[in-house]
Amino acid sequence: MAEKVLMKGNEAIAEAAIMAGCRHYFGYPITPQTEIAAYMAKRMPKIGGTFLQAESEIAAINMVYGVSSTGKRVMTSSSSPGISLKGEGISYLAGTDLPAVIVNAQRGGPGLGGIQPSQADYFQATRGGGHGDYHILVLAPSSVQEMAELTIKAFELADEYLMPAMVLADGTTGQMMEPVSFDFEIKEPPAKPWATTGTKCARPHNISNSLYLDPEKLERINNERYARYEIIKEKEQRAEEYLTDDADIIVAAFGISARIAKNAVDAARAKGIKAGLIRPITVWPFPDKAFRKAAEHAKRFISVELSMGQMIEDVKLSIECKAPVDLCYRSGGMIPSPQQVLEAIEKAAKEVK
Amino acid sequence: MRYKRVTLVAGHYGSGKTNIAVNMAIELSSQRDRVAIADLDIVNPYYRTLDSRAELEAAGVKLIVSPYANSNLDIPALPQEMYAIIDDQGLSCVIDVGGDDSGAVALGRLAPKLREEDDYDMFLIANRFRPLTRTAAEVAQVRYEIEVASGLKFTGVINNSNLGADTTAETVLSSLQFGRECAEATGLPLIATTVEASLYDALKDQVPDLFPMKLQKRPVD
Repeated sequence: MAEKVLMKGNEAIAEAAIMAGCRHYFGYPITPQTEIAAYMAKRMPKIGGTFLQAESEIAAINMVYGVSSTGKRVMTSSSSPGISLKGEGISYLAGTDLPAVIVNAQRGGPGLGGIQPSQADYFQATRGGGHGDYHILVLAPSSVQEMAELTIKAFELADEYLMPAMVLADGTTGQMMEPVSFDFEIKEPPAKPWATTGTKCARPHNISNSLYLDPEKLERINNERYARYEIIKEKEQRAEEYLTDDADIIVAAFGISARIAKNAVDAARAKGIKAGLIRPITVWPFPDKAFRKAAEHAKRFISVELSMGQMIEDVKLSIECKAPVDLCYRSGGMIPSPQQVLEAIEKAAKEVK
Repeated sequence: MRYKRVTLVAGHYGSGKTNIAVNMAIELSSQRDRVAIADLDIVNPYYRTLDSRAELEAAGVKLIVSPYANSNLDIPALPQEMYAIIDDQGLSCVIDVGGDDSGAVALGRLAPKLREEDDYDMFLIANRFRPLTRTAAEVAQVRYEIEVASGLKFTGVINNSNLGADTTAETVLSSLQFGRECAEATGLPLIATTVEASLYDALKDQVPDLFPMKLQKRPVD
């Protein structure tokens, strides 16, 4: 087994991308994800890869489009305001059915906001983020180990379903240091017969394009794409379920919030409250099966978020309002304490008695 | 540990400089009357000496830090009071330098006076479990880059090999060879091997110059 190393979450993402065969990275600095670019700048030249600091986030995402068209694994990363700038390019990637990995180490917003951690880009990530009808795969790591694991997973899923995949991290998971093992088995990427690699006069031209002159054709392509999304919703939901089997109170939290929530769930159990945690690992597709199952016995839900309340809507939708859903949150870069979450659980427990 | 008037703590990004600087400043405060810690980190806006403000103030250590540290203003600002390090020679000082050569640039302004006074140590911090400094040769390269950027020469190496919360006595013991190799590759003396305080008793008879450390609090467990 490979020896563990001590890494920042951002560094773990970069190293995992390299392991997954990514040899092209295009970025633009923004706190709190700059270590990804810094790490790539040091590593890529040593392994024959390309690190390029683009002149802007918009340039970087369009370089990603270009490399993805050639069938190579490619990544970019940014933080909230920079991801907004990439929105147009992400929509183009989705509209062209191109795989790519995009990392968002979220920071406080809206606007320039601040550099402390946040989860307020949940709507943006899970609804697509740019213009038009589309989704992207969204994976939400809650440890440095998962930053590595889910980055590799993002490359695999993006190639499998031919769409962009996002690693939705935050300022804390990006900056914190934890031991991480890179003991991963990397699957060979699938063949990419659609790649623009030159016809060599032996096949028709491959074209990367999201413009359709015929609206009927565009509608048909959209319908085909949404049929694929249904398969993803069926097959790719991922969630960690912790003490949920007998739980009266279900806490829903992803990423860094889930670590705080887990401590609070343990504290609640110690006080005799039957609390459990569902931690969505994919936030698109949202793990609604886990929530529907829990709603068969749970009496109340609490969504814990570093935002004014965004995932709470998906929790409500997935349980079809069978139980009340409370919100426990901090925003603007602040983090709830386990005590704050415990108090929310205790309050909910009183309500269901 | 025996300290000169100024102790500079420098090394690779994420090698553990801030934790070491805070612990040194607190130890130094029991040996000297007027002690300061200067946070000259212009690279990382997170995990700063300021996180240990309560412990430092309790030990009577003066904190020289940019007013923007730990705020949302993400600029490479230096504290105005940093000139006390060279102007006030009655002050004993530990300097937490930013990571890599890009962090060491901040020392340029202080370097001529520090060289002239010649009462400083500059320690190279190395952690074998950091992915880009796993070998003594890589550590020696970082040493060279920092010396060029800072205009100051290192005077010793500190082996800070650890795996965060997974660190055991075995982790430390498995890094001793690395520590010796770093000293050999750089031609610098090995000043200390660090260990989290709870492991100190288990290792103190096996590891020379063992330096016990109390670690800064983490924002989330």
